[in-house]
Amino acid sequence: MRLHTSRRGHSRAVVGAAVAFAMLGLAGCAPGAAAPEESDGVAVSTELTDEEVVLTIADETGFPVTDALTEEFTRQYPNVTFEITRDTFQNLTANAPRLLAGENPPDLIRLPTIGDTVKDGLLANLDPYYDAYGWDAWPASQLSPLRMTEEGVRGSGSLYQLGLGYSVTGVYMNLALAESLGIEEPPATIAEMEEMMEAAKAAGILPIMAGDSDGVVNFVVQALMNQYADQDEFLSWMFNEPGATYATEGNIQGAEKVREWADAGYFPSDINAIDYFTFVTRFSEGEGLFTFNGNWAAAGYQEALGDDVTFFLAPPANEGDRFIAMGAANSFSVAAGSDNLNEIVFFLNWIHTNPEARQIIVDITGASPGGDPSLPLPTVEPGSLIEKALEMSAQIGEDNGQVDFMANTTAGIYAGSIIPESQLLVTSQITGREFVERVQAFYEQEIGG
Amino acid sequence: MTATQTSSAPRRAAARAAARRADRAAWLLLVPALVAYGSFVIYPLATGIQYSFYDWNGIGVATWVGLENYVQVLMNPDLLGAIRNSFVLIAFFTLIPVGTGLVLATLIRTMRDGFALRASQTVLFLPQIIPLAAAGIAWSWMYAQTGAVNQILSTLGLGFLTRPWLADYGTALPAVGLIGSWVLTGLCTVLLLTGIGKIDTSLYEAIRLDGAGWFREFFTITLPGLRQELAVLVTLTVIAALSTFDIIYTSTQGGPGRATLVPGLLIFRIGFTQSDVGLASAFGIVMMVLVLALVLPIQRLSRIGDR
Repeated sequence: MRLHTSRRGHSRAVVGAAVAFAMLGLAGCAPGAAAPEESDGVAVSTELTDEEVVLTIADETGFPVTDALTEEFTRQYPNVTFEITRDTFQNLTANAPRLLAGENPPDLIRLPTIGDTVKDGLLANLDPYYDAYGWDAWPASQLSPLRMTEEGVRGSGSLYQLGLGYSVTGVYMNLALAESLGIEEPPATIAEMEEMMEAAKAAGILPIMAGDSDGVVNFVVQALMNQYADQDEFLSWMFNEPGATYATEGNIQGAEKVREWADAGYFPSDINAIDYFTFVTRFSEGEGLFTFNGNWAAAGYQEALGDDVTFFLAPPANEGDRFIAMGAANSFSVAAGSDNLNEIVFFLNWIHTNPEARQIIVDITGASPGGDPSLPLPTVEPGSLIEKALEMSAQIGEDNGQVDFMANTTAGIYAGSIIPESQLLVTSQITGREFVERVQAFYEQEIGG
Repeated sequence: MTATQTSSAPRRAAARAAARRADRAAWLLLVPALVAYGSFVIYPLATGIQYSFYDWNGIGVATWVGLENYVQVLMNPDLLGAIRNSFVLIAFFTLIPVGTGLVLATLIRTMRDGFALRASQTVLFLPQIIPLAAAGIAWSWMYAQTGAVNQILSTLGLGFLTRPWLADYGTALPAVGLIGSWVLTGLCTVLLLTGIGKIDTSLYEAIRLDGAGWFREFFTITLPGLRQELAVLVTLTVIAALSTFDIIYTSTQGGPGRATLVPGLLIFRIGFTQSDVGLASAFGIVMMVLVLALVLPIQRLSRIGDR
């Protein structure tokens, strides 16, 4: 009896599985759908409609600049109102393709990495508006990471994104600690910076406040690589150009420098237990001579440390070399399925050109507003870190020295390779060469797969 | 035997008809369960197998790639380390909770019914109702450099032992494993306690009259009597160890380096960060086969004594 039921149980499961397979076989087609037809869409116009329009935006939580911008826009153009939905950065990034492919995609969406969305026809091509609005006056190096070719190579091709603010990264220095060490000015070269860190270490002061439980030490890793690597070669890898490689001598030299600093004890000993929030807090509380971070942290550091802090671009290897720094747009894309293409692009153009909007970008994000460099810069408090950040952005623009963050190279490379390998690097478990070669191996596997 | 068969032919036909009617009724009653099972277990499993043969990002066009995803899974440089880590976790998810559960259950059995008994049962079971994700976050605070674990060690004069437990290459995996032990011990204790309750108390009286002590009683009566419960618990906890994701995701994200990387985290990253649904499905199927290969023998072992 027992045997009997169990055999029947088996046969039932087999039947069930067979039925399911048969259903799939009948459906007989691959999962997924073909790319949607290019919308014939509306005629490109740079005039704002006077009809009532509701624009939808999908943004990340903790990014209040869209609230302020939309409020100001509605004040200036009362017929346009906004609905903003928010989700955490991680959720939004993971769900973005599905949101864009849905029945009612948001008109505008925060999209850190383009990924397959262009190939899948989910993003609106902004080229017609580039011509209509005359965006060719904007810095080309700022827009190039927002372009993608039909083959999926970033850096050239059609424009698919714009930034709500353009960030710049550098080094913050605690001036009170610097003074106690007799340091009067920010270092002009990497060698000078190393001398200062040696002095700090000898005096019992932590040279660099950094954390790597979530990979943020890579601000340091890349800041060094930038100074040794060939900029175009490095960028071509981040833009996934065929044959591009991470395993260049310059990158290895930069990573080896990080290993030297780890060996010398310039990082906190529990660096792999420290996350972004913790290291920002600890630097704000006065721990650490230097910290590598972006303009977005300027307002917080200023509030915590007052006049005892300064901000400067990562120093080049040799004095007089041009400055190279990571920076990126807070990138937003327009959904290909948006019903309000003209209106949402008008809003984007307004953010880059309207004085009130540019002021909001600077006040809230501390980032450069971008757009035509000949436009007047928003007013900021003289001598403040935000003023320094805007000067740094201008300097990088002049030197044409902006590079993307290597974390943006592919969707999976940061969590899958850069974070774990950098945790090993900053605790002296692997050499700089091993770091670079392992990341490149992961890159080839992900791009090829 | 043959005589009865020939003489009762009409009766057997009637019995068969009745059985068919009963069968039909049984099938009808089974329909809701079958529909649920089919649509939430069989169908996803079948689509998962289907996806595993395609290169697909979850949105766009899928291309048939045959067994290429499986080749990639088996060649993945992180695969072996992740599987090794999850086997280490079996010690913390299975051996410790089941072992502790056995000891606790036998101890609680001897307690007199009352407040203490109910209180100890409740306290032991409480961690079970806390979501693993929340447990991961709470424990990562306790394991931090300034967290409760190090504070207690310092107070006890063991300050030289303090360290960031989850960021230390040697302690990260055991530390994460202990979170699992903490959560699962309650389940094991409660289930084993009900199992002990089913054992005939006269057996305990008999062996005590024979003059057996605690250990003798434990190995002769309690342990054999709990064979079924132990098989269920070992199965459940081994699966929990091999498929663990939430504790790791909220505490270490696989770090430092790859010290706590487990297959579940790899599959999540490939499927949802890299949007490679096909490869992630193949990975999931391979893991399913591995889990079955480990769990089916346990099931068989538990049945041997029944026949």
